[in-house]
Amino acid sequence: MAKLEQAIDNHAANLDEETREAVRLASKAKTEKRVNALWTDFDDPNALRKLASQVRQHALDNLPDYLEQAEAAFQKNGVQVHWAEDGDQANAIVLDIMRRRGASKVVKSKSMVSEETELVPFLEKHGMEAVETDLGEYVVQIDGDHPSHIVTPIIHKNRRQVGRSFEREGLGEYTEDPLELTRMARRHLRQKYLDADVGMTGANFVVAESGRIVLVTNEGNARFSMAATKTHIAMVGIEKIIPREQDVPLFLSLLGRSATGQPLTVYTQFIGGPKSASQEEGPEEMHLIFLDNGRSDILASNCKEILRCIRCGACMNVCPVYRQTSGHAYRSVYPGPVGAVLSPLLNKAGFPDLADLPKASSLCGACQEVCPVDIPIPDLLLRLRNKGKQEHAPKTSINTPGLSFWALAATQPAAWKTGLKLGHAMNVVPHALLDVNPSAKSWRSTRELPPFRGGDFRSWLKAHEKKGGAS
Amino acid sequence: MIQPTAKGKRIKFMMTCLCDAFYADVAQASYEVLEHLGCEIEVPAGQTCCGQPALNSGEWESARKVVRHTVKTFGGEEPVVIPSGSCAAMTRHGAILGFESEPDLDEVEGLARRSWELCEYIVQGLGIDSWPGRFDGKVALHRSCHTRGTKVYESAVTLLSSIEGLELVEVGELEQCCGFGGTFSVSFPYVSKKMGQLKVEHLTEKRPNYVASLDMACMLHFGGMMDRQGVKTPRLHVSQILKKALENR
Repeated sequence: MAKLEQAIDNHAANLDEETREAVRLASKAKTEKRVNALWTDFDDPNALRKLASQVRQHALDNLPDYLEQAEAAFQKNGVQVHWAEDGDQANAIVLDIMRRRGASKVVKSKSMVSEETELVPFLEKHGMEAVETDLGEYVVQIDGDHPSHIVTPIIHKNRRQVGRSFEREGLGEYTEDPLELTRMARRHLRQKYLDADVGMTGANFVVAESGRIVLVTNEGNARFSMAATKTHIAMVGIEKIIPREQDVPLFLSLLGRSATGQPLTVYTQFIGGPKSASQEEGPEEMHLIFLDNGRSDILASNCKEILRCIRCGACMNVCPVYRQTSGHAYRSVYPGPVGAVLSPLLNKAGFPDLADLPKASSLCGACQEVCPVDIPIPDLLLRLRNKGKQEHAPKTSINTPGLSFWALAATQPAAWKTGLKLGHAMNVVPHALLDVNPSAKSWRSTRELPPFRGGDFRSWLKAHEKKGGAS
Repeated sequence: MIQPTAKGKRIKFMMTCLCDAFYADVAQASYEVLEHLGCEIEVPAGQTCCGQPALNSGEWESARKVVRHTVKTFGGEEPVVIPSGSCAAMTRHGAILGFESEPDLDEVEGLARRSWELCEYIVQGLGIDSWPGRFDGKVALHRSCHTRGTKVYESAVTLLSSIEGLELVEVGELEQCCGFGGTFSVSFPYVSKKMGQLKVEHLTEKRPNYVASLDMACMLHFGGMMDRQGVKTPRLHVSQILKKALENR
């Protein structure tokens, strides 16, 4: 078998410096804005994080009950509720609804689950026109690219690249003026909204009690998607449930501030069904698709806390590894710390295929510190590393020294002390010779090793105690 | 993260494997600082390592063996004082993660409740909030990541800022990791290097006379980078500053 490469580290090494700096500086700015927004507006944001964490965990611990309650509440509101075990089923449900409604055009607002099910390519394959209406997602779509961040999908692109893409797609003449670029996209997308038959959204929260979904956007595109279309389809992960209406403010308070440092996003929508008889406009039908796609398995695993995630992206913004690698390095829909846990567990091709993701962390804990629902991400990364070892996933151990021999010495003081003596050889051999060991070579590529002083403190202590301790 | 509750001046000292192998002077400074405070110190000779390298590599069977050895070696009721935020985080949190479904979880939790990082022990455990003596110079203090969720960093700041002649300088992006992460530094060498470079820049940005750390693991990494890059700012563990201050009374 060919030697496995550390794909994420290689990706980072091959990233062009312009992209890296763009990602790092944008991430840094969002991290700072988050801190300012939370600590300006609340005395103790950490208390809010803990509370939100408890509410989310409670919802997950009682998920079957809340899903049942939600189904009944949505149905009462005139919403047709569907259940999809996996992405293929969810996509098939969307296609089926569209065919039944005689629809051929869908405008879509941003939704990570639809990235997960690869809905757009699926619909296109079946002859439907599907247009992403979130500006970033639209750029991703026309470029045949993938989002590299769950909140800011084109954090890896700059305005010049966007200008060239718009020129290529015939949206207008090349410009790098963000305002003009936005106007071009707006002109193009407005017509798409008017032409579409179906508006497709995700949901930021699903309220079990009331049967309403909550949607937040900054561009108003979710709202537009529902203005002229006759059918609204919302696709959500089953974990998106929050129990009560009165829980919504807590999460809205945290989501915008954690994601972009905004007290509230520009648009917040509460949607509780299709248009009523008294409304002149709006979708006549509303469908809600609950997607499992591996979530039940995660709920039953020792990583269930990851399902608390409200997709704010704060963990990736603060993550020093994400800042160096950008999101594509993670080879999955969900990048960064949350992705390093979630993606291997959701992966269609199985856990071993992405078993290197949980290793792409120095376990610094910055992610948990900023998480609005206090997910113990470092602990979950550790559990997945252990899972990788137990399941002998080769990608768990790429370029990682084995530690069984070390552990043997560390449980036997005599062997340990012998090791301390032998280690002094390090000081007499030229350090270049240490490079036969791949780990030593890797270390020495950019860092010096300190002189080995094995056992010196023990010797000092012996002499010191003989002297009778402190003078 | 379990917060320690064991009090008193009869203590056990965990030198940490890095000090055992590389940084005897740091272990010695820590020991002498504790001695100055009137502690009755036992240094169990059978101590090796806290087990963190194996835990972090996912080799939990190996990690549990080493943790069991550590729990046995440091048995008793006394506070265990450790000149490292990272090893303290291992005994207080990481080890417990690895023992969640083990019959001897209680014993591991017992060690957790006794484990103090050095500065935290002095300030939170002994209630000392100022340090005697003098140390002249500007100091950039690295906040090691594994002190998150504890009072270690603020304890160190309390002590250092009380020393006459010592000025703590601002360090940018304090929450960012130096890129060590144990085996992470060799299995993700490129990313680790980039993180280390940023850390060195932040630590030396305000032209401090010294760079200080609460963890020799971090300093092994960013210090190794400083040496390679020829950045000559002297580096000290916080205990070494406390000791030098005592010498200038």
